[in-house]
Amino acid sequence: MAFPVLVLALMLQTAVFSRINLLYGSADIVLVILAAYALQERVTTSWQWALVGGVLVAFVSGLPWFVPLAGYLLIVGLARLLQRRVWQAPLLAMFAVSFIGTLMMHFLSIFSLRLMGDPLPVGESFSLITLPSILLNLLLAIPVYAGMRDLAGWLYPAAVEA
Amino acid sequence: MIVIALLAIGVVALALGGYLTSLSNFANQTLVDAQTWVSTRYLAVVDFLTVPRDVASLRQKNAELEAEVARLQTQVIELQQQVTETQILSALVDFARASPENTYKAATVIGRDPSPFLRYVIINIGSNDGIRRGMPVVTDQGLVGRVDAVTADAARVQLITDPASAVNVSLQNSNTEAMLVGSITGDLSLDMISQDVTVQPGDVVLTSGLGGGYPPNILIGQVISVRKLDYELFQQATIQPIVNYDQLQFVLVITNFKSVETAPLVPTTSP
Repeated sequence: MAFPVLVLALMLQTAVFSRINLLYGSADIVLVILAAYALQERVTTSWQWALVGGVLVAFVSGLPWFVPLAGYLLIVGLARLLQRRVWQAPLLAMFAVSFIGTLMMHFLSIFSLRLMGDPLPVGESFSLITLPSILLNLLLAIPVYAGMRDLAGWLYPAAVEA
Repeated sequence: MIVIALLAIGVVALALGGYLTSLSNFANQTLVDAQTWVSTRYLAVVDFLTVPRDVASLRQKNAELEAEVARLQTQVIELQQQVTETQILSALVDFARASPENTYKAATVIGRDPSPFLRYVIINIGSNDGIRRGMPVVTDQGLVGRVDAVTADAARVQLITDPASAVNVSLQNSNTEAMLVGSITGDLSLDMISQDVTVQPGDVVLTSGLGGGYPPNILIGQVISVRKLDYELFQQATIQPIVNYDQLQFVLVITNFKSVETAPLVPTTSP
């Protein structure tokens, strides 16, 4: 199930969300989907989803290949950690993962691009790209969380007690 | 019985004699008025009973017409889009005809890089169409960038506005050369302009062809401001690009240009 969902998400990302800019930032629908999926209680395949998402984005993006892969794995790790800690407030966990996950992903991107020789100014990148992107990801968090909860409920139906 | 017959005969006789005319007129008028009232009320009742059927049919007709209007509006939008696309493609064809020394492949921009730190676009032609890494990409207006990665049916193009992009350019009016660099905001600026050169706002910026990355004399934009500080080695200038990189729909890939890989020629420091 990971492949069709994430391919569709990546198509939406490149064709739509990358063109909707707030200042110079844009939403990352793949990141939000992975965070929302990993926060579902019964889900057991979130690491595989992160791998598939990372490989797909690495294939399309001009970022160094390890950035999306490592970034999405870190985000899923964070989501699994928070899911066990704040399981009674899933939306709070979703907002926290979206916020921290976007920060992590962007810092990883800036660091690796600078390492590769791109002259990215850190302060300007943070204020013009990262902060608006966080806001857009937080806006996407609730609807995506609802969708992924339904998907997880469909993939992992709750056991009916006799 | 006899009395009734006599009364009837009397009334007939009076009527024949014309003595009952006013009375009969009054009676006729009353009957006509009554008939008119009854008829009007009947028609009102009929209208009242049949109107709901008319409203239903009118609503159905209205819905049909609204659907027709929506369909026609969609058609108009599609046709307007086709006209716009045709105009862009026509401009691209004119541009290609005007530069017969180059061979072009037209492509549609189908996406942008998922990372907001990079300024790349994805086009819908790849190695199956003869696209190779390093080929320059232009529109009828000017330079767009160059092919950075290729798959069988798609390619990724690095725009000249990308922070990692560097293009050797020449300033037409000043007859000097400089380096064009992108930024995270998509703004273009010129660097490495010698302090001895006078650069004016409005100077046209073209590719110089130096370095072998791009063919020479492709239009990029014009200078809008110059920053010259005595204590710096070079002047800087801000460029207004001629291409709107946020609205790219169609581009042309120059397929007969082979970029030169200059990296092996750059001397490295020996240990």
